[in-house]
Amino acid sequence: MANHGNHAASGAHGHDHGHGGHHDLEALRQMGFWLFLITDCILFGTLFATYIVLHNNTAGGPTASELFEMPGVIAETFILLTSSFTSGLAVLCMNRGNRQGLIGWLAVTAILGAAFIGLEVSEFLKMVDEGAKISTSAFLSGFYTLVGTHGLHVSVGLCWMIALMFQLRKHGITSVTRRKVNVISLYWHFLDVVWIFVFTIVYMMGVM
Amino acid sequence: MLDKIKDFASDFFVTGDPLIYGADVAIVLTMAAVVFVLSYFKKWGWLWREWLTTVDHKKIGIMYIIAALLMLFRGGVDALLMRTQLVMPEMDFLKPEHYNEIFTTHGVIMILFMAMPLMFGLFNIAVPLQIGARDVAFPFLNSLSFWLFFMGAMLFNLSFVIGGSPNAGWLAYPPLSEKMFNPGVGQDFYIWGIQISGIGSLMTGINFIVTILKMRAPGMKLMKMPMFTWSVLASSLTIILAFPILTVTLALLFIDRFLGAHFFTLDAGGNPMMYINLIWMWGHPEVYIVILPAFGIFSEIVSTFSKKKLFGYKSMVFALMSISVVSFFTWAHHFFTMGSGANVNAFFAVSTMIIAIPTGVKVFNWILTMYKGKISFKTPMLWTMGFIPCFVVGGMTGVLLSVAPADFQFHNSYFLIAHFHQVLIGGVAFGYFAGLYYWWPKMFGFSLNEKLGKWAFWLWNIGFYVCFMPQYLLGLMGMTRRYSSYSWDTGWFELNLVSTIGGFLMGIGFLFQVWQILHSIKFMQKDTTGDPWDGRTLEWSIPSPAPEYNFATEPRVSAMDDWWEKKQKLASGGAPEPKPALEPIHMPKNSGIPIIKATFWFIAGFGFVFDWMWMAIPGLIGVAACMLAHSFNYDTDYYIPVDEIKRTEAAAGRGV
Repeated sequence: MANHGNHAASGAHGHDHGHGGHHDLEALRQMGFWLFLITDCILFGTLFATYIVLHNNTAGGPTASELFEMPGVIAETFILLTSSFTSGLAVLCMNRGNRQGLIGWLAVTAILGAAFIGLEVSEFLKMVDEGAKISTSAFLSGFYTLVGTHGLHVSVGLCWMIALMFQLRKHGITSVTRRKVNVISLYWHFLDVVWIFVFTIVYMMGVM
Repeated sequence: MLDKIKDFASDFFVTGDPLIYGADVAIVLTMAAVVFVLSYFKKWGWLWREWLTTVDHKKIGIMYIIAALLMLFRGGVDALLMRTQLVMPEMDFLKPEHYNEIFTTHGVIMILFMAMPLMFGLFNIAVPLQIGARDVAFPFLNSLSFWLFFMGAMLFNLSFVIGGSPNAGWLAYPPLSEKMFNPGVGQDFYIWGIQISGIGSLMTGINFIVTILKMRAPGMKLMKMPMFTWSVLASSLTIILAFPILTVTLALLFIDRFLGAHFFTLDAGGNPMMYINLIWMWGHPEVYIVILPAFGIFSEIVSTFSKKKLFGYKSMVFALMSISVVSFFTWAHHFFTMGSGANVNAFFAVSTMIIAIPTGVKVFNWILTMYKGKISFKTPMLWTMGFIPCFVVGGMTGVLLSVAPADFQFHNSYFLIAHFHQVLIGGVAFGYFAGLYYWWPKMFGFSLNEKLGKWAFWLWNIGFYVCFMPQYLLGLMGMTRRYSSYSWDTGWFELNLVSTIGGFLMGIGFLFQVWQILHSIKFMQKDTTGDPWDGRTLEWSIPSPAPEYNFATEPRVSAMDDWWEKKQKLASGGAPEPKPALEPIHMPKNSGIPIIKATFWFIAGFGFVFDWMWMAIPGLIGVAACMLAHSFNYDTDYYIPVDEIKRTEAAAGRGV
């Protein structure tokens, strides 16, 4: 983010001439990613709106308070919040030029992310087992789609993070890999914020 | 075994209609001819290196425009088929089911696969040149956007011969578009065709926002940008805020159809009205997405061909930006009749009327730019002058429609049809034609024949009024949209006949445009100046067609309409500015990944359409593999040496 601010000042002519070009190019890409996050915000906003409109339409199927088991959800929440913290530590290592630390903290982040996905999948499987399927009611359609889209985002982030660890091992910390780490950490924090909304609107308000 | 194959083929291919068999033969022959020509002249390598893998914004722009013109042909044929069916009562030309498919594909193709790519083509051609940049911010992404659009469009068009076309209207309202009422694959083609190309549109929006905000030549402050660039910025901002809603809406409809979910079904708590709200939250901004750049084009043209600075630059910027904001608060005017209540309707009626204010400001600005100008009536200017009265009438009928109580009469009648065709043809199509004629010399290095262009313009312009003015009356007489036939005692025969004649006049106008292009290619009038219209903005300061790096040295901008000001200074005896020394130019390398990745999307989409997971899953794996391949590729750019720049500039007649 700090990087981004600096470039905004010098960015009146962001394109490349001579050899200083690469640096500016990375700033452009980071800005592009911020815009992508705006679009992703709207994507989730639309899913939340749909869920809120449909969440009482249980059509005789299970309701939110009958279905949700909070201990598992709270565990997921803490795991994901911790992973956001460790992805921040990874960026700090990168800024100090510590490649080993960077890869290590990214690995911890990825493991926490995988644990989150594991818990979520087992939660979904258990619910389906109890007869709460996506085709049971409009409420469950909205629930699985909203929470599942978040889970899909986390999974994509995981694959991306692993790919990035290989690239860091090969190329070290360069202006390109630095931008890539910054971008994935932005993405990861963003998913964390979305989860806070999922936790509040779907789970907390569901069981209250 | 043979019977099984026969069964499969009769489901898989669309059968039973001689029109479609004719089209099948035409498609196969055309493809065979293309393959033959490319092989005979050994052009496959050239095609791959120069076009299919290019990341050059100018070539991508040309490919967008070619695809858009092909789609204009198909959408136009759909329109003429409908007009033929309606030419007189109780016609038996198209069966009702076939008619449903044709009005659906006509709408989808004209908006999403004709207007959008034509618009993106002009974005690509003009914006980097207008702001003095060497390319867009993300050239690789730009190529990917194009190929996603292209593959989405092909997937959608494939439904014509394989599986059957969608038939639930251009916005596919549920419950009609749900599995229960629409069990065939047509709606799935609709969903995946639009979804794949929609992802491309979203990325183009991001690309151009970054390009415009970050890559302008030194000295070009925001308030010195050409008006077309402003309009692209307004349109791109609207794209990134609106298109994610479309992505979600189509995804939810697909989940309903594919997994049996209940977002928009009639049973198990589904809510079809939710779909209609969501699709218009995208759909209304979408019509402003396509019209705003047309406003930008008209602004450029009106000032160039009046030899005057654009009147009211600041108010124009304000109007563009305010339209893109307010466009997000008008969606419910598409369904005043659906019972949202008086207060909701009042809000949306007022917000709709408010849009007329900035639009009116623009119209006055254009007229006042022409006032006391030295107007030359070249084809781009003709389309602009044809647009103004047409759009004013279209806008006024829009205000009539926005009056919620009155809308209960107009809703879904031919009055509405006439209104939105008037703003979409008179505004969007005329605007992009004007832009195409205006930038054509810059794209290809030769001008289009003016005489044939004037024929085309007058046929289109007269044909338009002949076609759509009767439709306002038909609407008031009670004819509603999507009727496939009507009886003699309705009294609608004469007006429908007139309307059909107008439709065919526009069709002839299109043929004149094709003739014009072919004629101009044959008797090529080369543009050696790079500035055939005596233009005002930076794109006219470089040779036509622009060299691949656009600007040999980075332009320095000091004024609005900088190129015009520089020319004036030279003409009044000012010394030419010293040319800065050449430096090697940093350029992005071509890449085959975008077309391959888009092909995998096509394969995945086709698999999902037919519920063939053995096809869909490898398709998605291919997409992921392409992403990784791109991520691991660090060899993405190169430098053009100074010698080569010197040679290129000298060949274009420019000393450096």
